[in-house]
Formats: sequence, C-alpha cells, structure tokens
Amino acid sequence: MKITLKIWRQKNATNPGRLVTYERDGVSADMSFLEMLDVLNEDLTTQGEEPVAFDHDCREGICGSCGVVIDGVAHGPQRTTTCQLHMRSFADGDTITVEPWRADPFPVIKDLVVNRGAFDRIIAAGGFVSVNTGSAPEAHATPVPKVDADRAFEAAACIGCGACVAACPNASAMLFTAAKITHLGALPQGQPERAARVVSMLDQQDAEGFGGCTNIGECAAVCPAGVPLETISQLNFDLRRSMTPSRRH
Amino acid sequence: MVDGLIDGLYRDGEPIADTKAPAGPLAERWSTRVFTGHLVNPANRRKLKIIVIGTGLAGASAGATLGEAGYQVTSFFFQDSPRRAHSIAAQGGINASKNYRNDGDSTHRLFYDTVKGGDFRSRESNVYRLAEVSGNIIDQCVAQGIPFAREYGGLLDNRSFGGVQVSRTFYARGQTGQQLLLGAYQALERQVAAGTVTTHNRHEMLELVVVDGRARGVIVRDLVTGEIETHLADAVVLASGGYSNVFYLSTNAMGCNVTASWRAHRQGALFANPCFTQIHPTCIPVSGEYQSKLTLMSESLRNDGRIWVPLAQGDTRDPRDIPADERDYYLERAYPAFGNLVPRDIASRAAKRVCDEGRGVGPGGLGVYLDFADAIERLGRDAVVAKYGNLFDMYRQITGEDPYQVPMRIYPAVHYTMGGLWVDYDLQSTIPGLFVVGEANFSDHGANRLGASALMQGLADGYFVLPNTITDYLSAGPFATVGADHPAVVEAVTSVQDRIQALLSTRGTRSVDSFHKELGHIMWEHCGMERTEDGLLEGIEKIRALRREFWSDVRVLGEAGELNQALERAGRVADFLELGELMCIDALHRRESCGGHFRAESQTEDGEALRNDDEFAYVAAWQWGGGDGAPVLHKEALHYENIELKQRSYK
Repeated sequence: MKITLKIWRQKNATNPGRLVTYERDGVSADMSFLEMLDVLNEDLTTQGEEPVAFDHDCREGICGSCGVVIDGVAHGPQRTTTCQLHMRSFADGDTITVEPWRADPFPVIKDLVVNRGAFDRIIAAGGFVSVNTGSAPEAHATPVPKVDADRAFEAAACIGCGACVAACPNASAMLFTAAKITHLGALPQGQPERAARVVSMLDQQDAEGFGGCTNIGECAAVCPAGVPLETISQLNFDLRRSMTPSRRH
Repeated sequence: MVDGLIDGLYRDGEPIADTKAPAGPLAERWSTRVFTGHLVNPANRRKLKIIVIGTGLAGASAGATLGEAGYQVTSFFFQDSPRRAHSIAAQGGINASKNYRNDGDSTHRLFYDTVKGGDFRSRESNVYRLAEVSGNIIDQCVAQGIPFAREYGGLLDNRSFGGVQVSRTFYARGQTGQQLLLGAYQALERQVAAGTVTTHNRHEMLELVVVDGRARGVIVRDLVTGEIETHLADAVVLASGGYSNVFYLSTNAMGCNVTASWRAHRQGALFANPCFTQIHPTCIPVSGEYQSKLTLMSESLRNDGRIWVPLAQGDTRDPRDIPADERDYYLERAYPAFGNLVPRDIASRAAKRVCDEGRGVGPGGLGVYLDFADAIERLGRDAVVAKYGNLFDMYRQITGEDPYQVPMRIYPAVHYTMGGLWVDYDLQSTIPGLFVVGEANFSDHGANRLGASALMQGLADGYFVLPNTITDYLSAGPFATVGADHPAVVEAVTSVQDRIQALLSTRGTRSVDSFHKELGHIMWEHCGMERTEDGLLEGIEKIRALRREFWSDVRVLGEAGELNQALERAGRVADFLELGELMCIDALHRRESCGGHFRAESQTEDGEALRNDDEFAYVAAWQWGGGDGAPVLHKEALHYENIELKQRSYK
C-alpha cells in the first residue's frame, strides 16, 4: 500500500523540531509499524539522509521502550504498544502523523526519543517492598487470596511506557503511580509501607512536574497493558487513609 | 587457511580447571565454599566500588543485593530504564524444587533434570548449587510482592515445562519475566534512593580496562551526548545477556548484543562453548524480508496445546477440515512418555524434520500447528483465556489470525545462548576481578537449557551466588588507585575513539542492518539447527569475506557527539562478525552432537543427537587469538560423579 508519513524531526533537545513528509510505497499490511519505520530508515540511509531516531527494544509489547503519538493518539489506533501495531490497521492512501510523547517531564532527546527518567525516580521514591536479599520468609508462610493476587497482577502489568502521560491533557502520571500503589497495596507484603509509599511517590510525581489528575480517563483508554482506571481511586483511598493518624506508619 | 593450525583454524592450549569448587559431597560444596571464602566487614564495604553492566534479572538482582550489603555500586545499561532489559520478555516461568505438588521433586531431581536436559555438558557442582538456591529465589520474590499465580486456597500455583515430569514451574500468567524483573528493578531503585547504587541509563560499555592483570573499570559511551567516559572500580560484573542476535532474527530484543562480553574476551577472558545455542520450538513464523525479530510463544503452551502437521505432503486444506486420522501428532507419536513436552532441542529438530519432509504448513511450508481445540473443549474457553490469554492476544496482534478459532502456526527460532564467558565456581572469569552472571556466562545449562531455567539462573547468580563469592576477591581490596592517565586507561579510551572514527569515516554504500541481515542468514544456514563439516567451513569463509566488506563499505551517517542509533548498531554488528566465526570454529571442532548442537554426521538411527563422551566431555574455552591470529582452545574436562552419563531418552 501507499502511505504519506509526517514525522517529527528534531536534532536534539535544544533545536526546534518540525514535521517532515515522506511518501512511502510498497508498504505491506503484515509489517509492524516499527518495521515500516525500519524500511524508511534503510531508504533514508541509502539517500544519505540521517535515519529517524525512535526508542524500541523487545518488539513484543512488554519492555515499554517504544511509544509514539500516531495521528494524535498515544500508540495509535489500536490499544496496544507501537511495536505491536501492524500496518493492516491503516488503509491505502492514508496520511499518518507521527510525533514523540508530549509532556514537560518527558523532554525530547532527538526525533521521537524522549527522556522518561522521571518514572524511575517515582519508583525509587517508594515503589517497592523493603526486603533485603536473604531475609524473606518461606513463600507459603503467608497465603494470599487469589482475588487479591489477581488484582495485584492486573496493576503490576504496567509496562512503564508513558502513554498515560502522553494521552493526559494535564500530562499527569497518575495511572503509572496508581498502578504501583494498587499492586503493592493489594498484597500482604506491601502493607507495612502502604501509607508512607503513597505520600512519597506522589510527592516525587509532583516534583517531576507532572500535572494533576482530573479523572478524564484518557490514560486508561490508551494503556496497552490494560491498567484499570479504578487504580486511581485506590490511590486516592490510600492517600486519604494515610492522613488518618492511627493508620500512619 | 593458515598452516600449522588444527583444521587450519585454531591452536590447542593448556587445559583449564575450575579451582574454586570444593571437593567432597555434592550437597556440601556450596556451604563449604561460602564458609571458606574470605569476607569483607560492613565498614570496609563502603570503600569498595563495583561496576555492574546490564540490568536484567542477573544484573539488577546483583546490583540491588551488593548495594544492600553496603558496597558502592555503579550500574550501566543501554536502555532508558533498568526495567527495559530483555529478561522482561520471558513468559513462561521459573523453576524451583519446592515440591509443593508432592510429586517427587527435590533438589537432587532438579539438579538431575538440568544436567540431563543439558545433555551432560554442564558442571555438576554449579547445577547442584542452582537447584539448592532455587527455593530461596521464590521466597525472595514473594516477599518483594511479585504477584505469582495462586490457587483459591491462597497458595502458589505450579505448571509443567519441557524435559521434566514434575510440576515445579512458578509463573505470573505469561509475564513471569516481567514480574520478576520489576521486583529486581524495584529493589535496585530502592538502593538508588538509599545512595548505594548509581545508575547510568543510555550508556553502553565499549571496553574493559585491565590494569596489572585485574579488571579495574570500563569505558562507556553516553549514547545521548556521545561522550566517552572512563569509570574505575575494584571489580567489574558483566550481566550483559546473550548473543542470539548474531543470527539477526531471534526472539531477543533488538538491542541485545555481545559487545560487553566480546570486549572482555578480546582483553583475555575465555569464551566457552560459543556454538551452544538454543533454538526454541514455538515461535511465530517469519512473514517477510522486512521482518525485524521473531516472537516467542511460551513453551507453557505445550502443556495444553497439541502439535501436529498433516500426514500427507502439501496438504493445503484449512486445518479445521483435516480429520484426526489424517493428522500426525508427531511428538506424541515419537515420544509417548513426554509427548508435547520434550526438551526444546528435540521439539525444534522434529519440527524441522517434518517441514523438510514437505509436510509443513503456512507460507513456504515453514510451520507446524499448535492446536488448542482439544484444550478448549476439555477445560472451557475461560480457563484457556485465564492461562494463556495474553499469549493468544499477542499471536492475534502479529498474525491477524484468531488462535481460539484456528490453530496457531509455529516454527523454531533462535532464543537463548548457553555459551558465554568462561567462569569458575565463583563466577569469576579468567581475568581476576571480572565476574560474569546470568546468560552472559556459560556455566549451568550445558548444551541445552530447559524451559524456566534461565530466570532461575539469572536470579540465583545475582541474588545468592555472586554476592557470596565476590567477597573472597574483594577482601584483598581496595586495590591501588588507578588514574585516568594510566597507560591502560589511555589505551582503552583511544581504541574506543579510533573504532568509532573508523565506523563513521568509512562512508560506504551499505547500511549496518544489511550487513547484520546477511550475517544472520549465514549463521542460520551454516551454524543453525543442523551443522555439517562442509557447511561450517563454507560459513567461516563467508563470514570472513563479509567482515572485510563491512569495514570497507559500511555506511554510518550522523556524528559521534550525538544520539546516533546507527553508530550503536554498527559497533555491535562489528563484534557479531567476529563472534560468528568463533561459533563456527567451535561447532566445527566439536565433532559430536549434544543438546542444541546437532552435527549431521553424529546422530543415532532415530535421528537423535549422538554424543561422543570419550572425546568431547569437556567445556571448550576459547582464547582470543589477537588480530588475524587463530583462537586457542583450552579444555576443561567435565567429571560426572553423581550422575551416570547416558544417552538422553524422552520416549
């Protein structure tokens, strides 16, 4: 098929970027979106033009490296990662606009590559259970009801791609943070630090410059891992509870 | 070919031995080693610096644990976050001999299954230790809040994997690697907050610094600014993963590479069993020339899916229209005891065989069916969704076909490399102070890794083994301060800069990827699922020619002082072009079949791998020959005192 690409090109963090148009022919419907970009880059290299920089690694939808805004939607028309999007989702003759994640806490490094280091710092602020290697009790010492384990898993499936931030009109990272709060809060192992965790992770989220959550729900609508919006309610529940002195640890 | 060399390719060197594993009863060796190794007291740990390369299961768990112990840890990785490392993509599960199922499992059985599965080419001491700590890994991960699958009683669920007859695999749907890695990543980030670990994202190791015979640091490139940086330490830990991407198409992530290991090899670390590569039987088949990677469908699918091809050649009917008596469930037929759950090497070759017979399905006849119709009828669709839902979704996303309706098509693909840098029982390479953990080392899987054992090994190395063995080396430190102006450092920095300049200044006509693809074709054709004397010799000639062409005709655009993804790939492909040749030489010299290494000249009447224990019961540890020099082979003899060497049988 034939398509027209409009791709954001930006040499580095300080240069202004712009959309550049590339006409493509012979695109196969079975190609992944990133394979389509690979072929473009091969052709650009042949023509002596620098290839388009984009983040990607596993190409299985799990590492969370890839992610671009396609026609205004984070990861494009399917609710999946960019690497799992295939060209069969587009029609012959389509014009496709490709941009990086847009959010102040995710500054552009080059072309479609952004810096998502803020997510690591939010995790470092409390997204863990404090248990040193070697100090764990026997795995079966604490049974966990299956419903709790399943609920924890559902939230823990977050791949940290940042689509939630890119989709949010406020550039809020609430779904990302709430996923970790919900995952650890649903399990007995996460209880001792539950109150402190929600406060410190939210403080870090604010310090990074992410916007506030106004319950719009664009985040969950584009989340390729299917993290549910109700995790944000859980976060708010935990936050309120952490303010009750008797529950504070 | 040069005169005076064996097969015109290599030289024999002195034998090598693992001097760190204690003698005595198998079950006591690990505790003996931990007790006899020197310790470092907590106050002195603060003065010791350790560099860790890579943040997969082994690197993240090692970094976190060493940080908790109080060392100064610096971690480097080429991705933008430690959580992206390719361990994240492991699907099926992690083995542990908890015997929660009361089905006869034990440390000894996990040890036995792993040595047998590796076709008797791994060390007894190492594998026993792996089995011994397997239960601690599960305890640790549960305590971290990893949401493993559970039963309604609240206890952990298990499933079966290939090559075993017990249920010992713990899992988190089809995303076990993701959950385990996030646990290790969170432990690492906790140490970042505590100030014991410093992370450097988007940094790639391009050289090892060796001073007075000890590994003392690394030269890295900041991938965003292009700056070449020197980092010095008391010890260096490589946790940089495997080298499947030498085949271009593999199930590895696009960035996986051998560069850190290969640079260490060129500095003197021996590279062991490079030809031991694993071809995974259940991957989504190739769809076109533009294909960039292959996607694995977890081995756990073989618990309930049935593998078959049509009985007749060239049968192009819709699979649902082929009646049962015109189907060949070839694994169930040939291996009744293990059925669809035979080890990976056997399942892969069986698939190749039926396709070679003209009974393959899908485009080019390169595929077999993995059929869930019976499982859906027996268990109900909901149960199948609960167990495998994400894998089915992934399959549908990639192929556009619905596996709930039509059988999946699968074909073998390169997945894992058992070979890697040679290490002793302490996980120390032949360069003092250079330790190697996880897939990057060679130690535990012999000639074939069993399913759900990679996660076990990565975390065993990082959480429990390395932190207990590295102390023996570090107890002699801190070592004399090395300045940035030390000749060894200056030489390392200069060689990195020269190489980058060479890649950028060639300005030839061919892209990096075109070379990588061509190398991949050569490796798959000549050093893939089936290897022959003539094929390997031809492969070596082709690789040498391609390498010459690469250095005279590669085209890398852009500059050194910026984010330049083509330049990153060029450096990796240059190293793959050297590794590929060593893999072929190793495969050529090992004139036997074992595990994933199948020499067509050495097979049983049934077409199974035929070992030659009299001549080849050893680890082949290769020394870099230098320049155009030939590699030197050092043999480490393998001794089996607790397991009887015999022909593997899964019938």
